Amino acid sequence: MARAVVTVPPRARRGEIVEIKTLAQHPMETGFRRTQTGELIPRDIIRTFTCSYNGTEVFRVELHPAVAANPLIAFTTVATESGALTFQWVGDNGYTVTEIAPLKVE
Amino acid sequence: MITRRQFLIVASALAAPTAAKAQLDPNLAAKRKAAFQEALRRVVGDAKVNKGRVKLTLPPLIDNGNSVPLTVAVDSPMTGADHVEAIHVLTEKNPLPDVVSVALGPRAGRATFTTRVRLADTQTVTAIARMSDGSFWSDGAEVVVTLSACLEEGLI
Amino acid sequence: MSPRLLLLAACLAAAGARAGEIPPEARRSGYDLMSRETQKIEDDDATNPGILGVLDGETLWQRKAGAADRACSDCHGDARQSMEGVAARYPALDAARGRPLNLEQRINACRVDRQKAAPLAWESQELLALSAYVARQSRGLPIAPKIDGKAKPFLEAGREAFHRRQGQLNLSCALCHDDNWGKHLAGSLIPQAHPTGYPIYRLEWQSLGSLDRRLRNCLFGMRAQVPDFGADELVDLELYLMWRARGMKIEAPGVRP
Repeated sequence: MARAVVTVPPRARRGEIVEIKTLAQHPMETGFRRTQTGELIPRDIIRTFTCSYNGTEVFRVELHPAVAANPLIAFTTVATESGALTFQWVGDNGYTVTEIAPLKVE
Repeated sequence: MITRRQFLIVASALAAPTAAKAQLDPNLAAKRKAAFQEALRRVVGDAKVNKGRVKLTLPPLIDNGNSVPLTVAVDSPMTGADHVEAIHVLTEKNPLPDVVSVALGPRAGRATFTTRVRLADTQTVTAIARMSDGSFWSDGAEVVVTLSACLEEGLI
Repeated sequence: MSPRLLLLAACLAAAGARAGEIPPEARRSGYDLMSRETQKIEDDDATNPGILGVLDGETLWQRKAGAADRACSDCHGDARQSMEGVAARYPALDAARGRPLNLEQRINACRVDRQKAAPLAWESQELLALSAYVARQSRGLPIAPKIDGKAKPFLEAGREAFHRRQGQLNLSCALCHDDNWGKHLAGSLIPQAHPTGYPIYRLEWQSLGSLDRRLRNCLFGMRAQVPDFGADELVDLELYLMWRARGMKIEAPGVRP
């Protein structure tokens, strides 16, 4: 299972700064840990997170192994027009999760 | 419990020359410092880094280094003409210096973000912001990392 | 083991400042003893990573499984009603098996007996997700295990295990969690060991984990024999811990250091 949870207010006034919280399900395996018998566990991380607002990228994060498992990314965006916020997490081994949240601007 | 068999596997793996990398490197501190300087150069080039305008918030004493709440807030009007373009977080003593790099602009409204990070040791964490005028600003925060008393068998 | 830890263990073994069981008014959840930052992670469903497991559990609750081709929801309906308060009563006596089962064992017993499916592996993402989802329906409700005549011997076995010195460090659960809670063992604060938040998202584990895992972890630290997941002695101990925490509120999914 690979899921993500995004928390976005359902509606906002035009020009209002809205707070967004995201959680993605991922172990963020660093590539530095070893098993009990000494074998290195290969790296498996989310590499990028993007947030697009009606198709325009408004926030991007590059992640490294120092980001904790099940990454939390919280940030803000200006409510410009009604539409959809698209969140995407892309990582090693073909990991891609996309979440879409509607935002009504009044 | 570690069985005799598991112990022998680990012991022989540690003794083998191919596994020498798993042992502590005496030059580790110097190497990590050089890696930090290299990461810093990649972010700012030869530009001067000013103190101020950036506020990096981390708890001074944390419960567990595996998940430390981190917030960066930059003092900026976030207008088309004057905004933050990027925020980078670097560490001195993690195996890799880079933590996160954020790309943002006026549409963020506020130059702030929160995440949770891993800190391998007690150290200073650095946040650097690049402004739309090309200037760099930074803040550092000292964090004391304590280790859990009882570790589990399994991963080492 | 570091000399410092050995010294601490020796001090604990010798001291025992507050001997005896913690009176109800002095009981405190591990939540109250952790940092404000970690409390905030637990408090906010938008940032509590345990919620990812709860949502997985919600999906699994409705997924048909086994030869019976039945989902949990086919018998139990909406978990928000049917599972309310259930986790607060576990471990609970199972008449057919003649002994208490913990929540994970109950879920697997249902899988085998009703769904005709293979049991889920201990600590698998699926089993933790289902137990987190069920436990979530008891959040805020008081812990209330049923201790009638038949459950009594298992409670007493758990009480005995809690007070028994074991392992190479010659420690008992009570020595730390009754007598020395609030003090430090290396960098960690010793909590009172009330199972209010299970399954918990432990920052040390970077994942959800069961009470069985936590107890095995503790026993390993004591350099004692570590029982298998679901072993009778672990479940008896869990029953005693729940009885010891009776009246305290369920926080699942809790977040702990």
